[in-house]
Amino acid sequence: MTAQTSSHPWRKLKLNLSHRLADINPVQWLTSLLLPVTGIVVFLMLWHVGASQINTSLGTFPGPVDVVEQSQSLWQGHVAEREKETAFYQRQEDRNAARMADDPSYSPTIHSYPGKATFIDQIVTSLVTVLAGFLVSSVIAIPCGIIIGLSRSTYQAVNPIIQIFKPVSPLAWLPLVTMVVSAVYVSDDPMFEKSFITSLFTVTLCSLWPTLINTAVGVANIDRDLLNVSKVLRLPTFTHIRKIVIPSAIPMMFTGLRVSLGIAWMVLIAAEMLAQNPGLGKFVWDEFQNGSSDSLGRIMVAVLAIGLIGYALDRIMLMLQQAVSWDKTSEQR
Amino acid sequence: MTQTHLELSGVGIDFPTPKGPFTALSNVNLKVRDGEFVSLIGHSGCGKSTVLNIVAGLHQATRGGVLLNGKEVNEPGPERAVVFQNHSLLPWLTAWENVELAVKRVFGKTKSRAELKDWIAHNLELVHMGHAMHKRPGEISGGMKQRVGIARALAMQPSVLLLDEPFGALDALTRAHLQDSLMDIQAQLGTTVIMITHDVDEAVLLSDRIVMMTNGPSATVGQILDVDLERPRNRLALADDGHYNHLRSEVLTFLYEKQRKIEPISSRATATTQAKKNTEVA
Repeated sequence: MTAQTSSHPWRKLKLNLSHRLADINPVQWLTSLLLPVTGIVVFLMLWHVGASQINTSLGTFPGPVDVVEQSQSLWQGHVAEREKETAFYQRQEDRNAARMADDPSYSPTIHSYPGKATFIDQIVTSLVTVLAGFLVSSVIAIPCGIIIGLSRSTYQAVNPIIQIFKPVSPLAWLPLVTMVVSAVYVSDDPMFEKSFITSLFTVTLCSLWPTLINTAVGVANIDRDLLNVSKVLRLPTFTHIRKIVIPSAIPMMFTGLRVSLGIAWMVLIAAEMLAQNPGLGKFVWDEFQNGSSDSLGRIMVAVLAIGLIGYALDRIMLMLQQAVSWDKTSEQR
Repeated sequence: MTQTHLELSGVGIDFPTPKGPFTALSNVNLKVRDGEFVSLIGHSGCGKSTVLNIVAGLHQATRGGVLLNGKEVNEPGPERAVVFQNHSLLPWLTAWENVELAVKRVFGKTKSRAELKDWIAHNLELVHMGHAMHKRPGEISGGMKQRVGIARALAMQPSVLLLDEPFGALDALTRAHLQDSLMDIQAQLGTTVIMITHDVDEAVLLSDRIVMMTNGPSATVGQILDVDLERPRNRLALADDGHYNHLRSEVLTFLYEKQRKIEPISSRATATTQAKKNTEVA
């Protein structure tokens, strides 16, 4: 693709959006808004009534009101923690400045803030981990998928292995990954936490397969006519892959990537719980262990946050797909 | 008379099936002169496209072979450019980029950047696509797509241009339009053309010779008809021309009397049962 076309997707996206806005019929728009809102309201009511009927050892099951309260308290906790952090650094700086004034030979040291990670920090950690894992799995799966798809014999040779590993749960991989990471990733000054690496590779192992399979199928099912065009032009293998194979397979590839990202996000929570990676999974686990009267409400906040973030990730992938793919008919599910 | 440009001698092809090899073509012989326009006509399934694919190098003949300018054909190449029935443009590239892909491949080393650009533009103008050069296949009509397909093939400056039912998927008016365009271009460039068609009028109007194929299995050349109508040809003038109508009826006679094909009534009939029923009916 030339540099010229790379600006196209964004312009197209904007055009697409303005078109859609122009097409909106007020009545249709209202119903299309009203129905989901009704659904949500009914759900909230059922949830509220249902939750008050369930009693646990930690009090009643959290209803919508508890969730709102807890999310506010989590946000306030985050803000308070941030203020404490700035104050902490400020104090250090002041102290260092004072000592420097007394004794110019003193070389100041800054201690990092020892406070605990807030809910927002944990969300950020989870996002970083899932994106890193997803990136690693894509970098492995796309080239492998292309190679597998190009040759029927490779496909037949590799297919049983893919089919066997595809349904494996992350929980089964995790102990193995943990042991391998602790054995292999040895360093005095590690760049990443071991728990991060463990979670990352567990995510990679589980989210690899949909992209791999979809890419391979997309590559294997390129239009015969286009292959014939490539043959008549005697395109060299690399040009053939770049000009014919990859663009043809992009719609399928993205379908795979979307499924992979969804799986990666689901797997991550489980992996973080067990690997104690400081993300949302660990938050849920810690709250569960904590067992205070707020715990269930906080866990419910995490559940909703996980859902919303998963949804947002999927939408972002869909937008990316529509921007990159030539096939504008890719359905919106 | 110019010498033989393309020669098919004793071409036959077998396709493997679970029940043993199926002989689709046998002993196809044809000599094409430089600059000649030859049509291959026959009922569907008789192996016309297979002949074309063998010339293109996309299929390998089991028996016999193809010589182009005295050299044997055994793989596909741009000197035998093919226009496929359903345009086969790359949907993610614009008309310009589709032609560019071919032009860069064939002339990338011999022509300068400016020359390449001119050559792409020239070929798109030739098929009257100058106004929609930067549109993608999804944004233009079927006829326009086929024009771009032809431009892409012509831009390779092929020794022989192979057209596989190029206008088969188009409506009658668009088809007539494109046929006229093709006649003009061929008159201008003197390209050697082999065209597959199932349209009798198209064959008579465009061709110097019409090669009529027998029904398969073991299809071969049944009869060759010289179309000695003067060029340039005009479809309106020819409509009332006695000789034109005579040639037309000769082709029709071959297709509907000598090689009459009984189509199975059941639409569920598979290709194999169709092949079995393709026997001649007196």
